[in-house]
Amino acid sequence: MSKLTVHQIISAHKENQVLNHIDLTLKEGEIGCLLGPSGCGKTTLLMCIAGLQPVQGGEIYLDGQLISSKNFQLATEQRNIGMVFQDYALFPHMTIEKNIAFGIPGLNRKERKQRINQLLDLVGLTGFNTRYPHELSGGQQQRIALARALAPKPDILLLDEPFSGLDVELRELLAHEVRSILKTEGITALMVTHNQNEAFAIADSVGVMKDGKLLQWDTPYNIYHQPAHPFIADFIGQGALIEGTVCDCHQVLTQLGLLKTSLPFGATIGDKVSVLVRPDDIRHNDESDWQLEVTNRAFRGSHFLFTLKLPDGEHVLCMSHSHHDHPVGTKIGIELEMDHAIAFPHQKGDTDESFTKLMENN
Amino acid sequence: MKAPQNKWVIATIAMALLLTTPLWVLVSFLFEPGNENWHHLVDNLLPEYIINSLWLMLGVSIGTLTLGLSTAWLISQYDFFGKKVLHWALLLPLAMPAYIIAYTYTGLLEFEGPVQSFLRTLFSAQTVNLWFPEIRSLPGAIVMLSLVLYPYVYLLARTAFSGNTQQVIHASRTLGAGPYRRFFKVALPMARPAVVAGLTLALMETLADFGTVQYFGVPTFTTGIYRTWTGFGDTTTTAQLSLILLVFVTILIAIELWSRKKAEYFSQGNKSDTQPTPILSGLKGRLAFIICLIPVSLGFIVPAAQLLAWSIQTAETGFNAEFLTLIWNSFHLAAITALVAASIALMLAYAQRVQNRPVTRLSLRIVTLGYAIPGTVIAVAVMIPFAWLDNTVDSWMRSTFDVSTGLLLSGTLFALVFAYIFRFLSISLQTVESGLKQIKPSMDESARTLGASRWNILVKIHLPLLNRSLLVAFLLVFVEVLKELPTTLILRPFNFNTLSVRAYEMASDERLADAGLPALLIVLTGLVPVILLSKAIGKRHV
Amino acid sequence: MKHLWIGLMTVIFSLPVNASAEEVNVYSARKEQLIKSILDRFEKQSGIKVNLITGKADALLKRIESEGANTPADVLITTDAGRLHRAKTAGVLQAAITPDIEQIVPSNLQDPEHYWIGLTTRSRIIVYAKDRVQASELSTYEALSEPKWKKRLCIRSSNNIYNQSLVASMIVHQGEKATEAWAEGLVKNFARKPKGGDRDQIKAVAAGQCDIAVVNTYYLAQMLNGKDQEQRKAAEKVAVFWPNQKDRGAHINISGIAITKAAKNKDNALELIRFLLTTEAQTWYAEVNNEYPVIKEAPLSKTLKSWGEFHSDALNLNALGKHNSEAVRIMDRAGWR
Repeated sequence: MSKLTVHQIISAHKENQVLNHIDLTLKEGEIGCLLGPSGCGKTTLLMCIAGLQPVQGGEIYLDGQLISSKNFQLATEQRNIGMVFQDYALFPHMTIEKNIAFGIPGLNRKERKQRINQLLDLVGLTGFNTRYPHELSGGQQQRIALARALAPKPDILLLDEPFSGLDVELRELLAHEVRSILKTEGITALMVTHNQNEAFAIADSVGVMKDGKLLQWDTPYNIYHQPAHPFIADFIGQGALIEGTVCDCHQVLTQLGLLKTSLPFGATIGDKVSVLVRPDDIRHNDESDWQLEVTNRAFRGSHFLFTLKLPDGEHVLCMSHSHHDHPVGTKIGIELEMDHAIAFPHQKGDTDESFTKLMENN
Repeated sequence: MKAPQNKWVIATIAMALLLTTPLWVLVSFLFEPGNENWHHLVDNLLPEYIINSLWLMLGVSIGTLTLGLSTAWLISQYDFFGKKVLHWALLLPLAMPAYIIAYTYTGLLEFEGPVQSFLRTLFSAQTVNLWFPEIRSLPGAIVMLSLVLYPYVYLLARTAFSGNTQQVIHASRTLGAGPYRRFFKVALPMARPAVVAGLTLALMETLADFGTVQYFGVPTFTTGIYRTWTGFGDTTTTAQLSLILLVFVTILIAIELWSRKKAEYFSQGNKSDTQPTPILSGLKGRLAFIICLIPVSLGFIVPAAQLLAWSIQTAETGFNAEFLTLIWNSFHLAAITALVAASIALMLAYAQRVQNRPVTRLSLRIVTLGYAIPGTVIAVAVMIPFAWLDNTVDSWMRSTFDVSTGLLLSGTLFALVFAYIFRFLSISLQTVESGLKQIKPSMDESARTLGASRWNILVKIHLPLLNRSLLVAFLLVFVEVLKELPTTLILRPFNFNTLSVRAYEMASDERLADAGLPALLIVLTGLVPVILLSKAIGKRHV
Repeated sequence: MKHLWIGLMTVIFSLPVNASAEEVNVYSARKEQLIKSILDRFEKQSGIKVNLITGKADALLKRIESEGANTPADVLITTDAGRLHRAKTAGVLQAAITPDIEQIVPSNLQDPEHYWIGLTTRSRIIVYAKDRVQASELSTYEALSEPKWKKRLCIRSSNNIYNQSLVASMIVHQGEKATEAWAEGLVKNFARKPKGGDRDQIKAVAAGQCDIAVVNTYYLAQMLNGKDQEQRKAAEKVAVFWPNQKDRGAHINISGIAITKAAKNKDNALELIRFLLTTEAQTWYAEVNNEYPVIKEAPLSKTLKSWGEFHSDALNLNALGKHNSEAVRIMDRAGWR
């Protein structure tokens, strides 16, 4: 049975539909992650689950019990959820110990002490009991916020961009740490972020949201390799969409040749489609006769990312080892390493343009 | 590098010394020996004055905190019927002078008034006499003062409960905290500096109040000061008593400073709050509405209705073109003072930001002492140095140039505005200071790295960001000056009347009905900026 | 920003005391409503401009004192003799009242040393509830401290100058000790803590909270003639009793006027005083504010006439000022708040 069920949720804020018929479920112990650009509604969804935001339609169930619907909203404090806020929202006037103890007033003194120390050990801040939040670094505050949220053993933990205030190295490190902590404690969790690395590091299931809609809810692998929507292809990882023509029910003809794909719904032979090409689909090989011109190159330390021009002017990305430097304007040899391409209904030209830009930014 | 920094320090100290001239005049009386009046006072009256003043302060603390915090909490945390109006309507009692509200309630509730008379027709006279509380008493004074002073607590607490605090309150909800724990364990401790600041303002005004306690026959420090002056004609003892009053105030300010110490950690981010507040519907919504309506009704609607009734009674003879002059006088005096006070407060607060040293901090605290000194005492303490200055200049001009300059500043609006500033600067300073605290120092630093001068930073960065605090500072001083009586009465120029002077003259002549119209006009004139500004604040807040 | 400041300063300084040719500057403790229209009439008749500030007597006095030789004030008007005495003692007045003025006014209502002169008089009387008290039960101020009035008397606070003056007159007539004993007895008879003004005491009698009260004549007269129905009804429930008619007479006080030492318009000031003592001005006072005129020619108001003739205390009112501090101390010690 699922731990959390979100069914057809609608939420609006001042005539602005923020959530549009959202469906998702989390199994016991599963870690889910909502990804999306800012303003896509992901935080609002979290607030609806937390009970801090009313819903205008649909239902939310926790452990099979209705907690939110159009006419019913169980008070936040009665939901037994834990939440880690973007700016941690630690109680500035309480010590770390008191912060963590806040959610467990029911325990007796000894049990409480035990739980606090256990949690401090868990988040690696043993002995910080009597410090005040302002005496801690951002990463430490973040861990305390996690410990505080975990203290009451919530049915589900909600994390709202928990790592956004931290520097990049710390983010991924903490994301892995948090995942192991959650798994140790067997906690069901739902996190919101706009950073895919965090999402992939922490989550069992990832959902991508755009304009109040949940576009796909799947494993990180599938989200990356089988995006259900060109926006996801764009948002997750790097890649380019190139034009193709449907040859038969399995293949599409593109500037890169005949590619094996599954077709979008309703596409028939001869239709134009857009095909997603990831940088790792094209391999650089000096030996290859298939030569394309380099129009841009980005050194990424462990590798180079080249932007290559196809004969018809379309662009694709190609990854190469970091010793293979080729200046812009020269031609390099490539080979395809793609067993299954993703095709979408044909995208308009302007989308391509903005897409390319975004791609280069990555 | 050191020189320009010292400039700020010296300017602050100079400004503080200049503004507090009246204080030093009072202090100079300390060195005069205590006379027989002093001993008489200590023997017979002082203990009573102190005890009554303490009770009054305690009572007003409880009253303003109860009214101010409950309404601020409901308005900041929930959505319910009427909230949009109550949001600003809760500020309305600010426009009601305490002594006026005392008169109106006495008219309604006294032994001879309509309410008790009506009750006597229902029950036996004895029952009513036994059970009906006497309005003109210490508890009565506490209620009156609480009703008009709670908006200070409300205003500051409401702001403190929203924004950053809101996020933390949400966090406590996710940890299972019900409304009770959210309020007492989270919101209140976090808002403490703001709440204490609001309470300090209310208590300082309580200490300075003369009209209400005098009318209610409650001998307090302030009535004592007044009586020493009028009864004995003894300025020295009057000044000495006022200084004792200042000891009370210093304690208050010390408490406030102590409570503020941790404030810096509290206002870390400045996250604006966009999350919707829970809607209270049905019985709960109605209850919230009623809780917020009570202070508005008792502090504003009921007394205003009584004033209106009185005004109508005297309408044929009451209103004439002269009232337009009165309104204009009151209005422009209040506006000028509020503007000057906000400017000075900004300069002082900013100087302290630039150069936060013990000496600047002390200067700023001393400047705020004026708020608790009764207006009459301030007036005298302003009159003395101004007249001295004028007379000195005059005699020098006579002996050197054989020209008499007469009185240059005494009896001008300048002297009056100066006295107001001394009395009310505390309000604008508190508001501007707390506003300035919300702007992170990194903002200054980044501006400086971009080559902006301190002045440039003030004008281009802080002024726009402080907009709201400055508006509030302006509003509060404006309303205070509008209501102010004793200083105006004593220091005003020839043929210069204000609404409060008119209201007082009528009321002190026991012509309450005739006092109704000018009092109502005070309230209405004060209402305009209250509504306009609270709308402005509201807009910015969303 | 600069323009703002320049504008601001212009507004602040825009109301200096402008010295026109013929004027007289009045510091008045009498409320503007109770004096403005008669001053206007003077202005019209004499062509002398009258500048007015009203305020509390002590504040005005302090202002004259600190303004010193440069004070713009030419005359000081107060509503009691004690304050005039205090001003005289402070040395801010001059002995400028001329004999032609002094002969108009009874000698006990002016300063023998020519410093000040009375403009109107009022008496501090006893009022009683018509239905509960017989006039025959009342006699003198002194008798008010008798135990039979226990919890039956209403009187306002000792902060009030009229009470201070009444007690000062007691000191003159009975001596300090007797006065203190009297005050203690009086406090025991209070039906409630002193609060409110004289009108409130009358209302309390009317409502039955107390049976007798001590008030000034014009307050009762104004209640009887006012627009407020409730007040009129209350005032009609009480009757006037003139105390001490068999001995020294009822206590009276004045509103009076004096010329300041630094007066720059002394002649105009004298002109004003003469005007205020004309039958016209005195009649206006009597009519509008229900006070007793100081000249015989002016008729009493209807209400005052209805209360009949009374015998008033002939004590020179300077004495009230002299004993004011003592009076306050006695009341303090007696617990009269």
